Formats: sequence, structure tokens, C-alpha cells
Amino acid sequence: MKDWRYWLAEQRGTLLAFAIFIVMFAIYSGNHPAGFTANVVQTAANKGVLLAFVAMAQTLVVITAGIDLSVGMIFTLTNCMASWLVIGTGLETAFGLVAVLGTGLVCGAINGAIVIYGRLQPIVATIATGAVYFGLALLLRPVPGGSVNEDVADFLTGRFFGVVPASLMALFVVVLVVWVPFRRSELGRAAYAAGSSETAAYMSGVPIRRGKFLAYTLAGLLAAIGGLFLTFFTYTGEAAYASGNAYTLFSIAAVVLGGVSLFGGKGSAIGAIFGALAFRTIGDLLFVFDFDPLWQPLFQGIILLIAVSLGAFALFRVRNRLEWFL
Amino acid sequence: MSETTLGGIASRMPKFIRRADPAVATAFACIVILLLLGSLYSRSFLSPEYLLQQLKVASFLGVIATGMMLVILLGQIDLSVPWSVATGAMMACAAAAYGPVGVALAIPFGILCGVAIGIVNGVGVAYLRIPSMIITLATNAVAQGLMVVYTGGFSPQDSATAAMRYLATGFTIPGVPNAVIIWALIGAAMVFVLTRTSFGRAVYGIGNRERAAYLSGIDTRRVVLIAFAVSGGLSAFGGVLLAGYASKAAQSMGDAYLLPSIAAVVLGGTSILGGRGSYLGTVAGVILITLLQSILSVMQMPEAGRQIIYGVVIVAMLLLYGRAPASR
Repeated sequence: MKDWRYWLAEQRGTLLAFAIFIVMFAIYSGNHPAGFTANVVQTAANKGVLLAFVAMAQTLVVITAGIDLSVGMIFTLTNCMASWLVIGTGLETAFGLVAVLGTGLVCGAINGAIVIYGRLQPIVATIATGAVYFGLALLLRPVPGGSVNEDVADFLTGRFFGVVPASLMALFVVVLVVWVPFRRSELGRAAYAAGSSETAAYMSGVPIRRGKFLAYTLAGLLAAIGGLFLTFFTYTGEAAYASGNAYTLFSIAAVVLGGVSLFGGKGSAIGAIFGALAFRTIGDLLFVFDFDPLWQPLFQGIILLIAVSLGAFALFRVRNRLEWFL
Repeated sequence: MSETTLGGIASRMPKFIRRADPAVATAFACIVILLLLGSLYSRSFLSPEYLLQQLKVASFLGVIATGMMLVILLGQIDLSVPWSVATGAMMACAAAAYGPVGVALAIPFGILCGVAIGIVNGVGVAYLRIPSMIITLATNAVAQGLMVVYTGGFSPQDSATAAMRYLATGFTIPGVPNAVIIWALIGAAMVFVLTRTSFGRAVYGIGNRERAAYLSGIDTRRVVLIAFAVSGGLSAFGGVLLAGYASKAAQSMGDAYLLPSIAAVVLGGTSILGGRGSYLGTVAGVILITLLQSILSVMQMPEAGRQIIYGVVIVAMLLLYGRAPASR
């Protein structure tokens, strides 16, 4: 009897994000000129999945009470790399995939090493590494261009059995292969513990450093998967500063919508995925209702502002004014 | 490396060196090294005209970094700089379209828009207790959205007013650009506020431990709100000056100022955790960053290389003296 209550309390953020997404998507597809068809779902899934990968990456770092302002740039860098490497025969393509994902891992590991072993503040450190990653992306693609193995790209962005969007299945597989093992491992628990209270975790002998390092590294990997999918959708690589920054920003919004606490130690990547899908759907609502696309940045900014302000409701629970100051 | 030998060496050095913050001294040493390297590359690097030109370019970053420093001293951060700069510039240029009154009020109006962004940040951080890096990212996005809607997606052809151009490029005192004078005035005001007023003491106190500052009777929330408003206003003023320098406002003009402004403050020895730092260090950091940019552009380094060198230099300098204490 008690068990499901604990489960419900733990998953409240995720379930809320899921509910928001369902409501928003119902409004979206209900008002879409084409209605609720496999095509509409596929397009929406392909757009949402990109942000979902980046949001998962952000979640891993946010859980440790850090923040990664370079996820968007890792996303951009791997997009540019994939537009060079993921092409040619089967073997060459496979090598390219491994190289791109490996680059993501290395970028994440560099962030982790600087933040954890270098003991720098995550904000400044990841802004700086983000500049480096963007510089590398610009070196690779001074002008937009390149191409990918279109067979692989079409397979991963198409539909299975004519109904299920392949990108959603890919997202599902990544959750099973990356997130679930992480969440259940000792190091994953260490990452949560470090985010909840680093001092207490340290005192209890939890391997906080290794846990946090793994979280940053996997974040790089997930951002790279996102970059790879961006290449599959667009067939090109582009070192776009504005788009990289936007993905960083939206990943934070998605994480907050998904019920992950920015103070660390609370939330799950599943919530962030639904947060990302919901955020994308809300952003696209404007198109369905025939607004000028010029309003989209403002609209998304306001959603972000409202989402982050929701955290302020915790103030009503404060009994002692000293609790204002964490 | 024992304390006694260090102390022994220190006691034999002149007083002004002993009192200097090692971080500030490192920053000034790096400036000298950069100047020497630059002079090897090109003769004109040490000419007064070139140095004055660099100081003029540095003053735009200097004005923006002044606001950033105030916020970082509180232990917060202001990531809304890019679009505060752009909003200030674009709104000042836009106001100029409304007749002579608009032209007269262009500069104050631009700054006021920046202050408004800063107030939203300040209310979010101080009263709603939202982490500063999150709320400032959000207001940055909203400011961007507002500007995109306002301009209809294009950079408007609004050009800067004569007053803005005069402030940025004119000469009141022969030989000294106005922009440098403005930076000097703002810097002097900042030094006065930080070292001679109770507001300044409160800023350092909050940066060290907000709880303690609150318990000692400081209205910490009001101080934080004011600091963010000042930061927004100074960013916008920097934008106004930049618009005067380029004689027009553009949408992405602020993007190039976020990382340098944080870097200048942090390289100048201000602790990113708040509570420690001097304005002299920020001045050194601003000049250091500007010289670095200038040398890279003289060497015709492409944008990609510049971004990489920036990031690497900032991480390297932070690893030298910006590290947090080890876990217990």
C-alpha cells in the first residue's frame, strides 16, 4: 500500500512533465491542419528527439548540482564532425559513428576533469570549454556543408512498419543502454548523492568524484548522439553559434519542465525527455495557430522564464527566513 | 615553499608589491609579456597611437565588465549581457527616430531598458531565489525575443545619434578618447562605491556569506536587486557606446561580450564564488583580454582559432589561481 505512494512521490516531476506533454500534444495535433497522422507524429518526433538528447545530457550534469553550458557546443561540434566522417561504405560509416561518439565522450570527460579535478566552477569552466568546442566546429566547417550516409540517415529518421518514428525508437534504445544502467549503478547513485549533499556523500565514503566524472562524460556522449541525429535530419554540418546556444538554453528549460531540481540530487532523464518534447510542442503551437514565426523566440523565452520561476513556489514552504539562503 | 621563506622574501620587497594581490600582479605581468610579444611581431605595437586605440577599444569591455564584476562579487553571475548590450544599443537608436526629444533622450532610454532587464534579473534572484545563471539566461532569451519581434527579424537601419558617436569616438580632452574618459569615470565611481560606502561593504559581505550579512542587519535582497539593475544598466550603456563606435546597432553585437566580460573579471583575481576582488584587477583583466584579442587579429587568426585560444587561456588562468578549496 505504501510502496506506490513513495513511487508516486519520487516520480511526481516526471509524471507532471508527461501530463503537460500529453495535453500540449493533444492541442497541437488536434489543431494541426493534417490532423493526428503518422507524418505529423514523425516530424514532431524528429524535432523533439534532438532536444531530448541534449536535455538528457544536461540532466546528468544537473543531477550532480552542476551545469553544463557547453552541451549545445558539443552538439554543434559533433554535427560538424559527423558531416565529414559518417559517410562512405558501411565500414567507413561505422568508423565515423564511433569517432563522433568518442569525440563527445572526450569533450564530456574534459569538462568533468576540469570541474572535478581542476575544482573550477562549472558555469565558467563550461562556458570556456564551450568556446573551445565551438572554435573546433568552426575549423571543421567554416561554411555550412558536407554530407552523410543517406541510407543510415533515412533509416534512423524514417518510420518502422510505417507507424513508429525511428528516432523515437532510437531515443528509447539510448535510454535503455545509457540512462537505466547509469541510474542503477553505484556511480550513478554517487552522482545523485553528490548533488543532494556533497559533504554528506563525502563523509559516507561515496565515490563522488568518479560518480560526477561519469555523469559529465556521459553527458558529452548524449550530446554527441544529439549532434549525430541533427546531421541525419539536415544531411549537413553547420557551426552555428546561435543554434548551439539555443540548444544549451532549451536543454535547461526542458530539464526544469521535466522536474529535475537545479540544486541537484532530484529528477530523472525520463522527466527531462518529456520536458523536452513538451517544450518543443509548446514552441510549435504558434505555427498551428498561424502566428508570425517572428514571435517564436519571444514565446519560447517567456515559457522558459515561467518554467524557471515555478521553482519560486518552494518559497511558500520556507518556515524560517534563514532558509532563503542555501 | 614554506610560509617562512615566502614571508622572508616578501618582507624584503617594496611595500606596494607586498600589498598587491598575486592574481592582479600576474594579470599585469601577462599584459607586459603580451606587449613584448606583440612588439616582436610588429614595431608599431608599442606606439602611443596604437596603445591609445587599444585603450579606447578596451573601454567598451571595461564598462560592461564593471557591471559584471559587481554581480560576481555577490557570488552571482549575469548571463544576460549579450542581449542587454544589444537591447541598449537598439533601443537607443530606435528612440532617436522620434524627433528631437527622442534624440535627446536616446542614451538615457537605452540605459533604462538595460536597467529594466537587470531589475527582472534582480527580482528573480533576490526575491524569488532563482539561481542567477538560470534567470539571467531566461531574461536573455526574452530580451532576444522582444528585439526579434521589434525589428521584424532584420537589423533595422537605425543609426546612432551624434551624441552617441561623440561619446564613443570624440575627443573632449585632446589626445584622450571620450570612451576612455567615460570608463575612467565609471571605474572611479565603482571604486568609491566598493571601498567607501556601506553598499560596497554589503556587496562584499553578501558575497562571503549572505546568511551572515542578513543576520547583521543588511537588507541583502535590496542590495542584490540594485547590483543586478546596475549591471543591466552598464551592459546597456556599453551597448550604446558600441553603437556609437560602429555608428549603428546590430542584433548580434552583444554576443562577443559575454565570455570576455566574465573572463576579464575572473582573470583580474575576483573570486567567482564572490566576496573577494578589487577593481584594479578587473582593469588589468579588461586590458589583458583586449590586448590578446588585438594580437590575435594582428596575426590574422581566424575566428575559430580565437575562440579556442580564449577558452584555453581562461581555463589555464583559472586553474592557476581560481580553484575552489579541496573537499575537507
